[in-house]
Amino acid sequence: MIAHSIFFYTFAFIAIVAAIMVTVSRNTVHSVFFLILDFISVSCLFIMIGAEFLGMMMLIVYVGAVAVLFLFVVMMLNVAQQNNPLINSNENSSHIPVGLIISLIIFFELIIVIGGWKFKPDLVTSASLLVDQNVTNTHSIGSVLYTDYIHVFQLSGMILLVAMIGAIVLTFRHRPGLKRQSYIDQISRERVDAVQLIDVESNKGVKIDD
Amino acid sequence: MIDIGLGHYLTLGAIIFTIGIIGIFLNRKNVIVILMSIELILLAVNINFVSFSIFLNDLTGQIFTLFILTVAAAEAAIGLAIIVVYYRNSGTIRVEEIDKLKG
Repeated sequence: MIAHSIFFYTFAFIAIVAAIMVTVSRNTVHSVFFLILDFISVSCLFIMIGAEFLGMMMLIVYVGAVAVLFLFVVMMLNVAQQNNPLINSNENSSHIPVGLIISLIIFFELIIVIGGWKFKPDLVTSASLLVDQNVTNTHSIGSVLYTDYIHVFQLSGMILLVAMIGAIVLTFRHRPGLKRQSYIDQISRERVDAVQLIDVESNKGVKIDD
Repeated sequence: MIDIGLGHYLTLGAIIFTIGIIGIFLNRKNVIVILMSIELILLAVNINFVSFSIFLNDLTGQIFTLFILTVAAAEAAIGLAIIVVYYRNSGTIRVEEIDKLKG
């Protein structure tokens, strides 16, 4: 129990510091790195309390795909070095106190809800998918995900497909100077366009490509 | 204090959620950091789902977290594509210079 609390406080502290650094760091590339650190520490927390599959999935999806996507876009757009008006507050900074007050009010509301909240006595018995302690976390998720939740699972696949098509359509650009294959021209080419029969007189030769 | 319960994880989720909201409110740098703050908020929601799922011994929260992960990945891809197109058209993604709608 001591080890559990030590690990919890360590990873929670790293996660909170990394989240703060995401918002206040001057360099956008550093923000992406701190986002990666945040995801890694939270997935360590997930693995620690027994949701191994989700922890590993967070590592693969966020650190492997989303963070690399962010990094790629940051590098591509050349916005890495920009001054942060949070630190050197120059002109229009009247929004900062209002934003801070609203965020702190939200935080204290959440804390009040968490502190004054209790279980209903019969809540555990009303759970629909009780965890069997004899099988692993991945096994139990897999046995539910492809049977009871198969429609939602396929729907999430459709969401990913729509996102992929949308991203490609948005960023696709047809440049006019580029030479590329035209399948319509290739397929609809007739014999009369390509082949020509010429009567060649003797000792004169024939001139091609004039 | 030494005994880690559900309240600790919920507090961690609340702190990360609030940091994400502060990042959205106070950001004047560029839109990419706002997208990262949205990812932080989704992460806080995931922490809440997983901790409830573990401490109530119910698997539904983890299944739901998987779908939140999917939607978050799709949202990041679409948002970054929109940012790339906007940067290509206007040459900037600073938040204070994005005022085409005059809001």
